[in-house]
Amino acid sequence: MGGFLKSSIAKKVAMALSGLFLVLFLLQHFTINFTSVFSEDVFNEISHFMGTNFFVQAILQPVLIFGVIFHFIMGFVLEAKNRGARNVKYVKYNGGANSSWMSRNMIYSGLVILAFLALHFYDFWIPEIVHKYVESHPEDASRYYSEMVAKFQDPIRVGAYCLSFVFLSLHLLHGFSSSFQSMGWNNKYAKGVRGLTVAFAIIIPLGFIFIALFHYINNL
Amino acid sequence: MKLTLKIWRQENAKAKGKMVSYPIDGIEGDMSFLEMLDVLNESLVAKGEDPVEFDHDCREGICGTCSLQINGEPHGPDRLITTCQLHMRKFNDGDTIVIEPFRANAFPVVKDLIVDRGAFDRIQQAGGYVSVNTSGNTIDANSIPVNKHDADDSFNAATCIGCGACVAACKNASAMLFTSAKVSQYALLPQGKVEATDRVLNMVRQMDLEGFGNCTNTGACEIECPKGISLENIARMNREYLSASTKG
Repeated sequence: MGGFLKSSIAKKVAMALSGLFLVLFLLQHFTINFTSVFSEDVFNEISHFMGTNFFVQAILQPVLIFGVIFHFIMGFVLEAKNRGARNVKYVKYNGGANSSWMSRNMIYSGLVILAFLALHFYDFWIPEIVHKYVESHPEDASRYYSEMVAKFQDPIRVGAYCLSFVFLSLHLLHGFSSSFQSMGWNNKYAKGVRGLTVAFAIIIPLGFIFIALFHYINNL
Repeated sequence: MKLTLKIWRQENAKAKGKMVSYPIDGIEGDMSFLEMLDVLNESLVAKGEDPVEFDHDCREGICGTCSLQINGEPHGPDRLITTCQLHMRKFNDGDTIVIEPFRANAFPVVKDLIVDRGAFDRIQQAGGYVSVNTSGNTIDANSIPVNKHDADDSFNAATCIGCGACVAACKNASAMLFTSAKVSQYALLPQGKVEATDRVLNMVRQMDLEGFGNCTNTGACEIECPKGISLENIARMNREYLSASTKG
């Protein structure tokens, strides 16, 4: 088992599984955020449920945080090993001739997403934890929408969010379908997976951009 | 055709190498890339200089000996060919061509453009074979029925000539395409199933030991492979490996 866990293939599969887990989380996060576009009440209700439900807070949230940290750390470990496999670099390397920019630069799109997560935690997660568990305010099921809208009044923050979602799209364009290949799933459905990847990688980040711009423009 | 060649020169495995420029004239479009290097070497020898060392053997695209990273791509800008099949008509008069050895820690430079691809031999020796009883009661392979689709996929995997272009092209210097082709050609046949578990575990272990990088599915290997070995082989090896890990 020790040999298996150290193997290059096990590391690939671990990256793939944690990546797919985060893809599912993205879908869930997007669905909840999107409700804010058409109903303040629905958004508040779901946010209140997510923020106070024991199962979500005590089990799903730690699993999610572990998944995010694991995906990043494993990404850095693999990048370091891969860079170390070619100490003498090519004088001329024409990577664009045989592979996509996204596939060659996952570490950079990943780093932008990591920086975005830091901003996102600073904006929402840390204030939420302080509000609930440090300052112990009484429950208020109607505060979430106004708190969220307030954040999207700063054009610089909205711009940073939109730019991050572009990099999220680039990351997903390679990562989503790549995870199936890593798990050994390359068969007659591969073309469908590729199509699903392109659709997901464009629609979801574009949807997040729409939500950020919607609340910014709506309150000008 | 008049060209400028920028070639990696390195005296031996321990020496520090550098790029050296060579102007060359009189190159015909019908010459192969290796014939062009022959012309260069004749001129170097005539001047009393050391010729540029490079690997070559069959010069018809089947032995996998010739290598060379040409203008940033293994075997040059053409597809589904080895360097010996690359013709100078792919270049234009006045071009500068950058020629480097295949780069990977697992492929150390021996001299100039020659690298040691012994790592591939060791991966193959770790499990890329079937054990056959040859003591007089050998069963004719053709007496064992094989599904046509599997036979075709196995044959396609077996066309890998082990040139190392996959490693050279990969930004991670990964040897997954080579190893997966060698795993696949046996995994798909009844004769290969007997040793399938040990084969994939041992070959992947050896691949990792040699210091190749991890596959990140860029697909560069598949594009640059002179034999068109498919990424499906890597997915098959991953399946074989995961399955074998649960058994042994």
